[in-house]
Amino acid sequence: MQEKIKVTINKKPIEVEQGTTIYKAAKELNIHIPVLCYMNLKDMGIEHNPGGCRMCIVEVEGARNLPPSCVTKCTDGMEIRTNTPRVLNARKTVMELILSDHPFDCLICAKSGTCDLQKMAQDLGIREIPYQGEQSTYREDTSPAIIREIDKCINCRRCETMCNDIQTVGALSGIYRGFEAVVAPAFEQNLEHSPCTYCGQCVAVCPTGALTEVDQTNSVLGALADPRKTVVVQTAPAVRAALGEEFGMKAGTLVTGKMTSALRELGFDYVFDTDFAADLTIMEEGTELLDRLGKHLKGDKDVKLPILTSCCPGWVSFFEHHFPEMKDIPSTARSPQQMFGAIAKNYFAEKIKVKREDMVVVSVMPCVAKKYERSRKEFSVNGDPDVNYSITTRELAHLIKQANIDFHTLDDQDFDQPLGESTGASVIFGTTGGVIEAATRTAYELHTGKKLDKVDFKQLRGMEGIREATVDMDGTQVRIGIAHGLGHARQLLEDIKKGKSQFHAIEIMACPGGCIGGGGQPLHHGNSQILIDRQKALYKEDAGKAIRKSHENPFIQTLYKEYLGEPCGERSHELLHTHYFDRKKRWIKK
Amino acid sequence: MAKHKMNLMVCGGTGCYASAKGDLVKALSEELEANDLSGEVQVITTGCFGFCEKGPIVKVLPDNTFYVEVQPEDAEQIVKEHVIKGRKVEKLLYKHPHTKERISDSVHMDFYKKQIRIALRNCGIVDPESIDDYIAREGYQALGTVLGELGPQKTIDIMKESGLRGRGGGGFPAGLKWQFAKNNPSDEKYVVCNADEGDPGAFMDRSILEGDPHTVIEAMIINGYAIHANEGLVYIRAEYPLAIKRLKIALNQAREYGLLGKDILGSGFDFDIQIRYGAGAFVCGEETALIQSMEGERGEPTVKPPFPAESGYRGKPTNVNNVETYANIPVIINKGASWFASIGSKNSKGTKVFALAGKVNNVGLIEVPMGTTLREVIFEIGGGIKDGKKFKAVQTGGPSGGCLTHKHLDTPIDYDNLIKVGSMMGSGGMIVMDEDDCMVSVSKFYLDFTVEESCGKCSPCRIGNKRLYEILERITDGKGKKEDLDKLRNLSTVIKEASLCGLGQTSPNPVMSTMDNFYEEYEQHVTDKKCAAGSCKSLMSYHIIAENCVGCTACARKCPVNCITGEKKQVHEIKQDLCIKCGNCMEVCKFNAVTII
Repeated sequence: MQEKIKVTINKKPIEVEQGTTIYKAAKELNIHIPVLCYMNLKDMGIEHNPGGCRMCIVEVEGARNLPPSCVTKCTDGMEIRTNTPRVLNARKTVMELILSDHPFDCLICAKSGTCDLQKMAQDLGIREIPYQGEQSTYREDTSPAIIREIDKCINCRRCETMCNDIQTVGALSGIYRGFEAVVAPAFEQNLEHSPCTYCGQCVAVCPTGALTEVDQTNSVLGALADPRKTVVVQTAPAVRAALGEEFGMKAGTLVTGKMTSALRELGFDYVFDTDFAADLTIMEEGTELLDRLGKHLKGDKDVKLPILTSCCPGWVSFFEHHFPEMKDIPSTARSPQQMFGAIAKNYFAEKIKVKREDMVVVSVMPCVAKKYERSRKEFSVNGDPDVNYSITTRELAHLIKQANIDFHTLDDQDFDQPLGESTGASVIFGTTGGVIEAATRTAYELHTGKKLDKVDFKQLRGMEGIREATVDMDGTQVRIGIAHGLGHARQLLEDIKKGKSQFHAIEIMACPGGCIGGGGQPLHHGNSQILIDRQKALYKEDAGKAIRKSHENPFIQTLYKEYLGEPCGERSHELLHTHYFDRKKRWIKK
Repeated sequence: MAKHKMNLMVCGGTGCYASAKGDLVKALSEELEANDLSGEVQVITTGCFGFCEKGPIVKVLPDNTFYVEVQPEDAEQIVKEHVIKGRKVEKLLYKHPHTKERISDSVHMDFYKKQIRIALRNCGIVDPESIDDYIAREGYQALGTVLGELGPQKTIDIMKESGLRGRGGGGFPAGLKWQFAKNNPSDEKYVVCNADEGDPGAFMDRSILEGDPHTVIEAMIINGYAIHANEGLVYIRAEYPLAIKRLKIALNQAREYGLLGKDILGSGFDFDIQIRYGAGAFVCGEETALIQSMEGERGEPTVKPPFPAESGYRGKPTNVNNVETYANIPVIINKGASWFASIGSKNSKGTKVFALAGKVNNVGLIEVPMGTTLREVIFEIGGGIKDGKKFKAVQTGGPSGGCLTHKHLDTPIDYDNLIKVGSMMGSGGMIVMDEDDCMVSVSKFYLDFTVEESCGKCSPCRIGNKRLYEILERITDGKGKKEDLDKLRNLSTVIKEASLCGLGQTSPNPVMSTMDNFYEEYEQHVTDKKCAAGSCKSLMSYHIIAENCVGCTACARKCPVNCITGEKKQVHEIKQDLCIKCGNCMEVCKFNAVTII
């Protein structure tokens, strides 16, 4: 235990641990210091304090300048003032400077209302900008999933920390210098020509409108308004555990029924569940796992293990960009979003006698990368994508608010059938560890031929970045690895590359926490308790389901019987599986 | 050097190189060859002698003859007269501007009289590519003393007692810095020599590396031994090819002599030095940005603390000193702390090298004891203002220093005094200005540099300096408003107080100091829309004085935009809305009929 030190802040004394920053000490005294570039995702071990924005400056007795409180550590006897005229004037001037190089289009900005810069300008009472001059302008960069409107970048560099340190993707970094300095892909290329995986973690932390998701709500409204179209919506498991937060509900409030109601009220013709497709994924991926595992156990040297999950589009892009030499290791099963799209536009459209081109499939996802995934060419038939639009949880909340739907008073409704039928296994797809647990439940029964009494595999659950566990399948010890966050995924991949990996199967999700922490979710501002609460909600829904194993989903069974045949069979391969590409060559010059 | 009976030391500095009308070294070598003297007389390209004004300079050793303004065609005479016959070439000797007397030895010249050369002691004297030459001038003796007698702590104590402060700009006591680095326990530590000389016009570090690289190497080994570091790095601008070449030669020689590598001089101490190249960003002279750059990161400063002495290169304790600081160290060890402390002022010991430039008669590189006054430097060493004009201001400390004026001429130059009067030592740039210089334009000029060189990490520096520049531009364009002056003051203060690193914390200095010392000039620009120095084009106009004009049409014919009208033998007129203020009319008029208002 280190000795405590004494400081005073605004004449109030406080004792703090050695190494405590002024900002944190002030917080303990309930003294608010505005911060802009600072970001503390403490439960993820991420503290971003480059000391760049200079909004959190304070006055320290004896110091010549005004140090930034977010990064300056308290020293014994320090006398700190957070609100002297000198500090307030400097803070205001710095804010005026930042605003002087920021576009004034708040009225139509995607971040308006949730913008940290806007809020701080209001808090500081800025009413005019005395230091007007040239504004920096950059090319707008629109990718299938993320828009970079870099004129709005304030150089907080949060995105850079997420992209480089946490996700180890390396798509964004500071370029140019002085007034031209900005965060961009190398050589100011577009995101599409960078190793970006569209995981959206940059979007999730951007304090301004510089990084936003591609907004498809207007296109969705257009489709809903078009009488010729049959509009089908699917909602991902993690959405129901977070959507309520956008309406002021506590994190972890399950709003499945209200969400279904709201979607129906918005005018969707069929409200279905991506969970159904998650069960289908388990059938395909589980069968593939058992096939490879079985061959491996029989001594087949050519079989590729570990098998890696493939439901996360950020993760798929990651290995396509960074580990293309390993692209035959992941499962070839499409993600639930795409399986749903394929079944809806083929099987379901046929069934309700709607022409493929008259059906519009909308997905509601916790994810930014899903927008990119839906745009991949291999998921289109003659230019008609299996999933027409993918909107995030945040976008759905916008739609509901736009339609003046009082979310709180909505009644709980069920999904439509048949593509609304799901099991507990599919619900937990939304959290780290969930996909592999769902797969284990099914694989166990298929492999052993025995009934699984205890379906909870607690050893697979948790929040640590990398986890490992062994599942005993009636004598066969299956070693499982789990990683969430691409930085952690990289560690596991490096091990595989070096031949050090002992795992039979690995589940990877690109976002910290899995889909519950996706780039399209309500902003959690680094409060990982929110993620834990969302996770709990999913496990709760799972526990409450009558059927908790994917292969027991009665409609899945019907679907195979009526339409698909066998898991991993010919039709499944055509509709439910995919292949991967080497994308490294797109951004590395030969 | 002993092998040859005579050496011709040819200055290899930029100034001399630029003023030579051809290859001087080649001319001298060929002449020696032609006279079959190559075996006895050697031509050596050496570091800067300092007296750039009178370059190209050739010094003849051992008789110390100092030839100025030598051109390749003089080679024949130098060899035939001086080398062969032992007669000095009179016309190449320095002529005293007043007495017109020819002076052959530099010690008798006003330019050198007040100088004391410690850091530059070997520049122009030793052959920079010969370790033996350096050893002959007490080289590596200090290292022997440190390794053999003193041990780490006593070495640091000597550094502390000497009062040596960092010559890179900050002026932090070097001994204290070493002590911090020593006290931080670690399995790995680093010594870094900052040779990223970024101040425009400053070239002392380059001159030392080009003229005396071994002194830096010796000091770095001493530094490593004192703080228990086994690895040294020199971060040097890639634009310094000669310095890099010399440093590489010197490093190899030191390795050959067992002065670098394992078990140096049998002491059991291992140390070696690597070179790292900078890409020429001014901010990389800031030590944390320098470390970032060496690690392959974007050259941006990080918040201090932690200081490099705690967590520097690769997160290990690191001591960063600049070239000039290092160049003082072997001498301090050899001659003792009290000898060094006896030179200079109360809190600034020793000497400082300045790059004296601008409107003085003798521009060049000078080394004077701390406490020398600006008057001595400008009027004695510098020989006063060029063309008999009036002294107006002197800018010290490079682009982030301040402009000082008449009232500061008798201020003794040292770290604290310069800060007190609103400027700083910086790395030793010193630019003298005369009555023709507009102070608003001067501060705009410096700010242009810092705007360009800001890394962009923190908002006050990134945006604030740009806005400062824009306001100054408005003022010099004649569009300034009274409130702009208040804005300049407020912005300057905030940028200074709220910026992350030394660059932003000092960048408003030129604005603040010129506002302090020349406020009326700013007011004139803003309220009267006049620039007294006549340098802001937007604020002046050319007019024809009717009584002087004879209607010769010379001006009208010379005007590139045909804005002068008037019949022959009639008074001419300048159309103001068309005039581009090129000044051709004034130049061509023989009757003093064109004036600037």
